[in-house]
Amino acid sequence: MIIDGTTALIEVEEGIKVIPGANTIIASVDKLVNWGRRSSIWPMTFGLACCAIEMMATGASHYDLDRFGVVFRGSPRQSDAIIIAGTLTKKMAPVVRMVYDQMPEPRYVIAMGSCACSGGIYNTYSTVQGVDLILPVDVFIPGCPPRPEALIDGLIKLQELISKEHFKWSRWR
Amino acid sequence: MSPQEIAEIVKSQFPSEVIEIVKFRDQVSLLVKKSRIFEIMTYLHDSANLSFDYLADLCGVDYLGRKDHRFEVVYNLLSIRHNHQIRIKALVTEIDCSINSVVGIWAGANWHERECYDMFGISFHNHPDLRRVLMPEDWEGYPLRKDYPLKSDLGEKEWNGLKEVIETAERNKIYEVR
Repeated sequence: MIIDGTTALIEVEEGIKVIPGANTIIASVDKLVNWGRRSSIWPMTFGLACCAIEMMATGASHYDLDRFGVVFRGSPRQSDAIIIAGTLTKKMAPVVRMVYDQMPEPRYVIAMGSCACSGGIYNTYSTVQGVDLILPVDVFIPGCPPRPEALIDGLIKLQELISKEHFKWSRWR
Repeated sequence: MSPQEIAEIVKSQFPSEVIEIVKFRDQVSLLVKKSRIFEIMTYLHDSANLSFDYLADLCGVDYLGRKDHRFEVVYNLLSIRHNHQIRIKALVTEIDCSINSVVGIWAGANWHERECYDMFGISFHNHPDLRRVLMPEDWEGYPLRKDYPLKSDLGEKEWNGLKEVIETAERNKIYEVR
């Protein structure tokens, strides 16, 4: 290994340093883990109403969620986040909770659309008034339905949230 | 055949059953008693010149506050062969909240009648499988009745399934890492 004499650490980003000669990067485990997690959010799709159409449009080639590392996954056991897209009825609430309980940690919840956030216009006997009654929601996306840009913004907000996490990879967290 | 003519034929066939032929904005409906509804429907389905082979819709209506007959069961019939239609309304009281099923004539009436039972609590005699379709099976009350609460807050009468889920969520909150 040739050391070119430049042994001073170069800080490329806050908390990430490079030793140019040794071809080495120094960073905390937090940084590394959070980078990995935020760059490959695989959401469990939970399309319940018209928001699901918008979610599909966001996943398709025109808006292309793949470029954020977001790939829709059909199984709760292989997903990191769940996007509740649409009106949640009371009859559906136990099912949503069951799917969420099957997801491995760390797991995140995105409430997409007015209905998922607060019940929206449906203040009726059959509608749950916001999924935060039954799930711990990380990101609320308002809109009826939200445009694909809004969903992308919500996912970026979630990425920012993940990158601020501390010590979440440890067993003793 | 025009709806008026069809209504006249049914009235001549069942003079004691037909209460009134109502005409509203060129639409004819036939108000009938519920006791012989199955026979009226069988006649409409089987007679060669009427031949109503398709039940387009079956639904319930709640006229809360009307003196004697609170509910109506509405049958919208269509004959594909003759291309004519008729609307039949059967009167149902609140005390004897039931009517004969027409599943024996049109199999498609099965889920329509289940929905009508689900939403209005009108039970259908001789129905093969009378359960709720839309609401959970242990739901209490009939949501489309006019005296049912409109808003989401059902208070004490909230569905047990939702209560359980909210309890689970509260219980599991301590395991959430934040």
